[in-house]
Amino acid sequence: MGLDIRWPIGLMFTAVGVLLALQGLLAGPEATKPSLGININLGWGCVLLVFGLLMVFFAWRGRENAK
Amino acid sequence: MAGGWKKKLMRVRKQFAEKDCSRSGFLLVFGPLVFIGRKERMSHIQLGGIDYAIMAIYVAAILGIGWVLKRYMKTSADFLTSSHSIPAWITGLAFISANLGALELVGMAASGAKYGIATSHFYWVGAIPAMVFLAVFMMPFYYGSKARSVPEYLKLRFDERTRCLNSISFAVMTVFASGISMNALAKLLHQLLGWNYDVSLWICSAIVLVYVLRGGLTSAIYTEVLQFFMIVLGFAPVVYLGLKDVGGWDALKGSLVKVAENPAALELNTGTFQGDAWTSAWKPLIAGPSANPMGVDWFAMVFGLGFVLSFGYWCTNFLVVQRAMAAKNMSAARRTPLIAAVPKMIFPVLVILPGMIAAALALTAKDGYRLPPKIVSESAYVQAIAAVKDAATQKLDDKVAFENVGKAIGMKLNPGKVAAAIKDVATLKEEDLKDRLQDAVMENDYDGVILSLVKKYCPSGLLGLALTGLLASFMSGMAGNVTAFNTVWTYDLYQAYIAKNKSDGHYMWMGRCVTVVGILLSIVCAYLVSRWSNAMDIIQLVFGFVNAPLFATFLLGMFWKRATSHGAFFGLLGGTLTSALFHALTSAVGNTPGVKGGYLGVVQIFPSDMAQNFWLAAFAFTACFVLTLVISLATRRTKTDDELKGLVYSLTPKVVDHEQAWYARPAFLGCVLLVGCFILNIIFW
Repeated sequence: MGLDIRWPIGLMFTAVGVLLALQGLLAGPEATKPSLGININLGWGCVLLVFGLLMVFFAWRGRENAK
Repeated sequence: MAGGWKKKLMRVRKQFAEKDCSRSGFLLVFGPLVFIGRKERMSHIQLGGIDYAIMAIYVAAILGIGWVLKRYMKTSADFLTSSHSIPAWITGLAFISANLGALELVGMAASGAKYGIATSHFYWVGAIPAMVFLAVFMMPFYYGSKARSVPEYLKLRFDERTRCLNSISFAVMTVFASGISMNALAKLLHQLLGWNYDVSLWICSAIVLVYVLRGGLTSAIYTEVLQFFMIVLGFAPVVYLGLKDVGGWDALKGSLVKVAENPAALELNTGTFQGDAWTSAWKPLIAGPSANPMGVDWFAMVFGLGFVLSFGYWCTNFLVVQRAMAAKNMSAARRTPLIAAVPKMIFPVLVILPGMIAAALALTAKDGYRLPPKIVSESAYVQAIAAVKDAATQKLDDKVAFENVGKAIGMKLNPGKVAAAIKDVATLKEEDLKDRLQDAVMENDYDGVILSLVKKYCPSGLLGLALTGLLASFMSGMAGNVTAFNTVWTYDLYQAYIAKNKSDGHYMWMGRCVTVVGILLSIVCAYLVSRWSNAMDIIQLVFGFVNAPLFATFLLGMFWKRATSHGAFFGLLGGTLTSALFHALTSAVGNTPGVKGGYLGVVQIFPSDMAQNFWLAAFAFTACFVLTLVISLATRRTKTDDELKGLVYSLTPKVVDHEQAWYARPAFLGCVLLVGCFILNIIFW
């Protein structure tokens, strides 16, 4: 079917990753209290961002191949 | 430069904290849930704007997939079976995602707390071998026969009767399964977030309806892949934080030894066990039913669960098999369950470990964490508050007051906490009093375990991600049920018995209509289950009756050409009746005769409900197997060898794997998976 599923997955996780990382940067040290003092939003946001970008990259490369 | 940058960041942070600007603007999709009938309580999880934003992005993504796929839906086959067009990695992840519904996520964490590592038997004894068997031996017949559904295979192999029996029971079951899971989700959202039950139920169903209606099975499969990643990536950090908090795996094991020695301290179990009961998968099982918290013996586990129930589910349930049948060619179809088996093998980390962590945390209770208590209903509160106020004004004796409050709530309570609430009643607001009473409940609500960890560890942001994971698991399960239901209805019931020989456009129209009907029926069923709690027990009971014998029919049908249609039909019927009879004559410790069995007299009492279920499956399977065998030998074959080509093992040319490299062949991959599974069982022996 004409849709490469890696596009929506990649774009979604890129957006969510950016949001989470921003939240981690901006929310201040108070917000890390529940997560044992770890800035989990920033860390996990970056992980999601990398995952999302990888998916987008593969989707983009797949499009080139299809042509 | 660096200093200026930092200053700027601090300023933005301050603004951010003051205005909470993340809250505005993102309440698009889930906004109504907040505003319509939300009652805030201290015990509820508080969501911030970013949490809603993450949910909104997720919803936009899945609706977007449905939107794009609409234009590819040209025929009923596109809509209902994806016209054999999807690559294996996608069907593989969808296969596992359709199975990973909200009930699985919530239920396995619950079992992790209740039974410990032994819950992994559902994965490493149950699922993996069955998935490998499906891929290597059964998929060639499902895919090669060109059947569009599992019941249709039964028609090709046997006759209309068996197909009819199977498709009706399957259609009814999918609707009920989806209803049960919807009820569970809406209840959870209501209890933990304070969202309105009806609104949650209808909005979540509407989202699923929209994308399934637009893109059919393809849409369901594609979104399932996205949901798979959402669930995994949403819950992984929670597990990481939990494990870190208990001090790592070894410390967790240490705490669980203490749990096993005195599970009554956490209200987990009334017995006492050896120290390894929560941390060893096999040793307590082999030691007998009284030595493990599941109350199961090893034979029931291996034969009942590992063979009958698991093979019955994974190899014959159209909900999962449909994903593999949508693959683009035979080799992709056979690789689908194998690809799915890889994440399935490591899922215990994601779904069982949180339960074990919760039990360990509750024992050490460093910061007052406890397993979530059973939720007190509003009507019980009214009576209990009256009882508390009575006790305070009339200065009743502590013991009498405690009994009165306990009677009003109907659960086991902590006397100290009740006494404290009575003492403070004059100074407490009504909502605070409710929270105090809720806190006094000692019985555990295991279904709340996973979300209690989410609540404990997740700051705003991660919280939204984890809850989106929960929503995703619910939607993937529901979309799986709905797409299986509409295919079976349209092809196996409507086209077969009601309207033969109509145009393809007509069946496409019917497929869409029945998608709406299926979702509406599930909603009705969700309300039924929520209003009448016995309904759930009865439905699950009937599932058991119908599912248990099914694998015998397929096994004989696929691997024994002499199996006849009379044999299959009456064998299946006989197997189902055997399970009903078995249930009517047996019971489990602690149950009174009734919906849980024993209503025709108790011949055998099992140590637990689970043991009763596993033995029931074993009996039903054996009955169906023997009956099909005997009746087949006594009746004449109605199908010739030629007609059975492609349907029976001995009459079908073997699938040639030679064009694939040796390491990509299903048999090799299957062996690798089985070895991996074996090693895991040894590690956690």
